Amino acid sequence: MKEPLWKRLPAGSVILEAGSAAKFKTGSWRSMRPKWIEENCIQCLFCWIYCPDMSVTVKDGKRGAFNFDYCKGCGICALECPGKKGNKAIVMEEEGN
Amino acid sequence: MAKTFEIRWHGRGGQGTVTAAKVLADACLSGGRYVQAFPEYGPERAGAPLRAYNRISDHVIRMYCPVLHPHVISIADATLIDGVNVTDGAQDDTIFLVNTSKDPEKIREKLNAKPGQKVFTIDASKIAMDCIGRPLPNASMLGAISKATGIIDMDTLLENVKKSFGKKFAQKIIDGNLEATKRGYEEVKEG
Amino acid sequence: MGKIFAVTGNEAVAEALRQINPDVCAAYPITPATDLMQRFSGFISDGKVDTEMVLVESEHSAMSACIGAAAAGGRVATATSSQGLALMWEMLFIAAGDRLPIVMPVVNRALSAPLNIHGDHSDSMGARDSGWIQLYSETAQEAYDNAIQAFRIAEHLDIRLPAMVCMDGFIVSHSIERVEYLEDADVKNFVGKYKQVNPLLDLDNPKSYGPLILTDLYHEYKRAQHEVMTKVKNVVLEVAADFEKMTGRKYGLFETYRLEDAEIAIVILSSAAGTTKDIIDEYRDKGIKAGLLKPRMFRPFPFEEVADALKHLKAIAVLDRADSFGGYGPLFSEICGAVMSMNKKPPMINKIYGLGGRDYMPNQAEKVLDELVEIANTGKVNIIKEYIGVRE
Repeated sequence: MKEPLWKRLPAGSVILEAGSAAKFKTGSWRSMRPKWIEENCIQCLFCWIYCPDMSVTVKDGKRGAFNFDYCKGCGICALECPGKKGNKAIVMEEEGN
Repeated sequence: MAKTFEIRWHGRGGQGTVTAAKVLADACLSGGRYVQAFPEYGPERAGAPLRAYNRISDHVIRMYCPVLHPHVISIADATLIDGVNVTDGAQDDTIFLVNTSKDPEKIREKLNAKPGQKVFTIDASKIAMDCIGRPLPNASMLGAISKATGIIDMDTLLENVKKSFGKKFAQKIIDGNLEATKRGYEEVKEG
Repeated sequence: MGKIFAVTGNEAVAEALRQINPDVCAAYPITPATDLMQRFSGFISDGKVDTEMVLVESEHSAMSACIGAAAAGGRVATATSSQGLALMWEMLFIAAGDRLPIVMPVVNRALSAPLNIHGDHSDSMGARDSGWIQLYSETAQEAYDNAIQAFRIAEHLDIRLPAMVCMDGFIVSHSIERVEYLEDADVKNFVGKYKQVNPLLDLDNPKSYGPLILTDLYHEYKRAQHEVMTKVKNVVLEVAADFEKMTGRKYGLFETYRLEDAEIAIVILSSAAGTTKDIIDEYRDKGIKAGLLKPRMFRPFPFEEVADALKHLKAIAVLDRADSFGGYGPLFSEICGAVMSMNKKPPMINKIYGLGGRDYMPNQAEKVLDELVEIANTGKVNIIKEYIGVRE
């Protein structure tokens, strides 16, 4: 017989696996999705700083595509994006379109 | 020795009465005895009347309350006789030891001591002034207790006075206290 | 064998801590525990231990720092009293929930208001539900012995729980009495090398302490915590057996005194048990079959064993040096819990005594025993809970 769940829990509720938050994918919570318009992007990385999860990927100091596994569609990146000459580099679109 | 030998000390904050009880407890450990020493803790200030207690026994001491019927009542300041009920709980053969320059007969009268009760006096403050230059009667009180009760021999007592004062004080003070302890033993008077 | 000294309870426990040499202590002064940690920090200053002493700005911080240090992988101790323990309150639950084997001497003292520095059990009784093991000590010797055993108990891999070692403030903490110290090497050997479990400073295996766990698993974690408490009893007995082998001094879950053939008994914690034993001897001399039970382990409470020890009695008085206002005294409640399992339940009374350091005098024990004789004869209890030693 399988041991009851409470017997299988690590003592003291210690989380023994580092970085396990990455397993917690919030992408399914999204009703709006950000769209990155690369030609308006000045690489200020405000979107990376402001993203409350980890959906803005950065490589060699430059941002890349969104990782939608972690995007809840909160829109902070789009709001904070300064864009270029008045044109936003991130805009929110309805999910599923 | 009776089941448990009990002493009550009357003193004033700052006179070293509590230290005296502690030194006596330490000294009485010899020969495998059990000991207790504890003051009645209150909001102590220098000069405030205080009580401290000793229990000494050949058996484990379990009683944790103040001593009710002391075998010895040691009064480190004779002025306390007027303000504090120092005879409270005294037994018919209780020994009184009082720090005073007065004769033991006078003190016996003042305490209204019963015939079976022994009264000893020692001019401990004067001895202290002579030996250490401060009116701290505790060392000579201990010497006098040794003589009056035989509860502790002088060699062991002197060794413990040395040990206890040696932790905190300069050699001059230690020597003064040892001298005061010896004079307490020699100069105590019975009446 | 060890050496004999005339020392206070605080001195004795500070000596135990010196011999154990914990990795970290975080403490904040509070009467009457101040003297204990002050003596221990003296050992640090004198280079007699290499403990890292963290001087913090409150007891809340002291326990927080202890939790951090224990999670990091250190053997950790602190000490406190009264308001200090009360201020630690929320952190106590975290130490226990995180299963960190911190050892904390608690020098029992009354709680405000009114402000009082003297001994009663209000402080540790207030922490009885925090998940800590609690051992109570009658004498300075017991406080010293319990402190040493507490490290072995708390750190036992079957349980890993924090432990309080309680002694009566001033009555034991500041009274000089005869104590036998063990040799340093024997204490070191007895306590053993500290075994780390999931240390945060194991940088190759990073981990997290104190996660948010909501309705999905909190209940299960508490179920597991309840389970581990049920294992403490065996560990306490196992450690006590080893301690007896080394010292000849016997410890159990509780101590009984002339209880086997007794008809009436007093149940009482800590130093007042000593005074009570002397009075029980006097009553025995008068032909009255009186006995005593002194719990040592109050948390977890050994219900079955206590029930078994009390089952033959005709009347029981439980004396509490703490009150649960609007309820019965905390010890009385536990004894009721134990008695509940008996087929024939002896009549019981609860006396509240000695609050704020009021002396527990022989005549109080005598009055209680006289009342027990009366109850044993008539089977009638007039008042269940009553204060004794109250000034007229």
